[in-house]
Amino acid sequence: MAGISPSVDKNNLWGGGFSPFNVSYGKIMMWFFLVSDAFTFSALLISYGFMRHRFEELWPVAEEVFTHFPFLHGDHPLLYVALMTFILIMSSVTMVLAVEAGHRMNRNGVILWMALTIVGGLIFVGSQAWEWYHFIHGTEWGALQLADGTIAQWVDGAKNAFTLPNGTTMSGAEAAAMIQSGTEVYGANLTVNEYGVPLFGDFFFFITGFHGTHVFSGVVINFIIFVNVLKGTYEKRGHYEMVEKVGLYWHFVDLVWVFVFTFFYLI
Amino acid sequence: MSANAHHHDNDFLFKYIFSTDHKMIAKQFFLTGSIMGLVGMLMSTIFRLQLGYPGESFPILEAFMSNWAPDGVLSPDKYLALVTIHGTIMVFFLLTAGLSGTFSNLLIPLQLGARDMASGFMNMLSYWFFFLSSCVMIASLFVEGGPASGGWTIYPPLSALPEAIPGSGMGMTLWIISMALFIVSSLLGSLNYIVTVFNLRTKGMTMTRMPLTIWAFLITAVLGVLSFPVLFSAVLLLFFDRSFGTSFYLSDIFIGGQALEVEGGSPILYEHLFWFLGHPEVYIILLPALGITSEVVATNSRKPIFGYRAMIGSILAIAFISFLVWGHHMFITGMNPFLGAVFTFTTLLVAIPSAVKVFNYLTTLWKGNIRFTPAMLFAIGLVSTFITGGLTGIILGDSALDINVHDTYFVVGHFHIVMGLSGTFGMISGIYHWFPKLFGKMLNKNLGYLHFWTTMVASYGVFFPMHFLGLAGVPRRYYANTEFPMFENLYDLNELVTVFAIIGAAAQLFFLYNVFYSIFFGPKAPQNPWRSTTLEWTTPVEHLHGNWPGEIPEVHRWAYDYSKPGAKEDFIPQTVPLAPGEIDESKEGIPIPGEHH
Repeated sequence: MAGISPSVDKNNLWGGGFSPFNVSYGKIMMWFFLVSDAFTFSALLISYGFMRHRFEELWPVAEEVFTHFPFLHGDHPLLYVALMTFILIMSSVTMVLAVEAGHRMNRNGVILWMALTIVGGLIFVGSQAWEWYHFIHGTEWGALQLADGTIAQWVDGAKNAFTLPNGTTMSGAEAAAMIQSGTEVYGANLTVNEYGVPLFGDFFFFITGFHGTHVFSGVVINFIIFVNVLKGTYEKRGHYEMVEKVGLYWHFVDLVWVFVFTFFYLI
Repeated sequence: MSANAHHHDNDFLFKYIFSTDHKMIAKQFFLTGSIMGLVGMLMSTIFRLQLGYPGESFPILEAFMSNWAPDGVLSPDKYLALVTIHGTIMVFFLLTAGLSGTFSNLLIPLQLGARDMASGFMNMLSYWFFFLSSCVMIASLFVEGGPASGGWTIYPPLSALPEAIPGSGMGMTLWIISMALFIVSSLLGSLNYIVTVFNLRTKGMTMTRMPLTIWAFLITAVLGVLSFPVLFSAVLLLFFDRSFGTSFYLSDIFIGGQALEVEGGSPILYEHLFWFLGHPEVYIILLPALGITSEVVATNSRKPIFGYRAMIGSILAIAFISFLVWGHHMFITGMNPFLGAVFTFTTLLVAIPSAVKVFNYLTTLWKGNIRFTPAMLFAIGLVSTFITGGLTGIILGDSALDINVHDTYFVVGHFHIVMGLSGTFGMISGIYHWFPKLFGKMLNKNLGYLHFWTTMVASYGVFFPMHFLGLAGVPRRYYANTEFPMFENLYDLNELVTVFAIIGAAAQLFFLYNVFYSIFFGPKAPQNPWRSTTLEWTTPVEHLHGNWPGEIPEVHRWAYDYSKPGAKEDFIPQTVPLAPGEIDESKEGIPIPGEHH
């Protein structure tokens, strides 16, 4: 049958008719993939919302957890995460400019803006690692985990009085007995969390980690496309649609971060 | 010749193994899905033996399964393993990937007039992820402790604690890995189906000229894209609970008298996530089967499908409602009765579009010039099981009634009829109907009749008595009910079910023999064996990369011009231009500005 097979390539696949969205199949594919991925994240974030609601009283306050800023001492609640969010959003702006340069077939423009996008993405992933490091490391004093598993915060560095989640401060002999039966905990991991319920750490690590994986894969994909741009692949092809497609993915990842940021840090 | 430039057609590896041709991939899905289906069916006969003849020794079991059935009696934990893997295989591997993978791949390009799927490479990946996933699932049967045994829904805590039951260890881990691969496969396949339907239709193939099969496959793919990611999230969280000490689904657990440290999670969270996939999954199975039935019933009644637009509307309505009903699986989880009432309401809403579909099948059959081909019989069988199972669905969808029969054999009977039988009948009907297109050969008709009647009788014989068992209170998933004196007079009924199960399984040998014999020795298929209007019958019988040797045909009419008044033949292919003054059925009902007909 080899002799009579017509050639099958992208140009003659389209037999006419009418595409409801009037865009290429690759772009529709990307959109549907993003819708699918949005459901994955929605499932995670909605789970987070319900579980947090169960422990409303015990849930740590983000302003008290994320207070570090590189090279600065003292408390800077949410300042660093605000900065990394800003950088990620700016990388979306540079991505838009790369796509726009692609429309004008301006190869140098695409190279410049994509490079900046990749740098922005790398800074974000690095910042997340930094943020994780400080969350895992915890505070200087740590906290007291009582025998029943409740986390109580020290009143001061003397570690002889502590505050329970309901706000009552314990001191004196009664406190000493409870300290005796409890354990000191430092930082957060998947099983213990000095800032409050372990579930906070579970969801924080899982969802920001899942999002970070997306950002990292986005950086890798962007880099592959960037190399293709350098090689002039899309110049030869006559359009920069691939840049547009990875751009869609990049914007999506940024949009998801806006939700993660809102639900974990702001609310 | 660009597609063939890099390899030759006789190159075995690329023609049969790493093929990017949608027809070959359809055959690969059919073969893998069928093998998985046979494994699942064999499992069901083995545990049915235990249920029908509790504690009785069947030396053959020991010969085959050694320590799974010491002294010929299936051991309790392996009974649970078989039930779990039977469910998993039948729901996901046979009726999701096997059904959609075979027919979406075969029919979407052929019925739409496309050279191939939008991305042949992704299509190939989709199959190979499915193949890997199947291998991992089968491999899980052979690991220490056996495969996952907590039921196909793998509820935590049984699934979340590796030390909970024997199957919760390595077997459960492999189950999760297999499902993750499966979800990737499903995503790759579904994306391809969707964009192919949107973008690669031939000239003239408007959305309202598409056969209902394509509508069903399209909406099925959308359902898959929207629901499987939620299962993905659910099993990822489960994986973390199992392996990294998180407690998303675990709280206040004692195991062997020891309190575990995990705290704060909720197994109900898993149930919500699981059933958010789980319910649309029912329609991922049903819609392709219903699509195939629409096509087979119309073709073999020699009548246009009744209410084409109502059929599309009901597919869309079913798909939409299917996302709002998952709570009806969870009425006894301590759900707020008001929420239960809301889920009852949305669940019963599904009855409306389902009834529209059944009504349309019956009215299509009404006064038709019916040809009882094996495909047609299975399609009618589907209509029958869809009604039977649908009626019990109304009982189970009502929270007040459901609580009485929850987790009994009533539920088992219900979903096996409405989802298992309907899905399988749809798939078998499709195989009988499109076998000439798949393999270029005809199946033996008489073997087909034998297959249908034995299957039909045995199926109802298996699942109908289960309703009585369930109403009497027999719980599902129990290893044996002999310990309960109140079920004493139901032993015979259980035995009857087992006898029918064995007959039903044996009946599939007719089908197997028929398929494999005909692939090699069957008579060559004619160009258009069922005198059908759709485009797939205009392609050469011998498969051709690119489907049509010359230009892709243009489409001028809808897919259901059967027995059109004034026409010479009782069918007019979609490629025939409209005669002057002839009504274009695909535009019926929509006023088009400046056009009168």
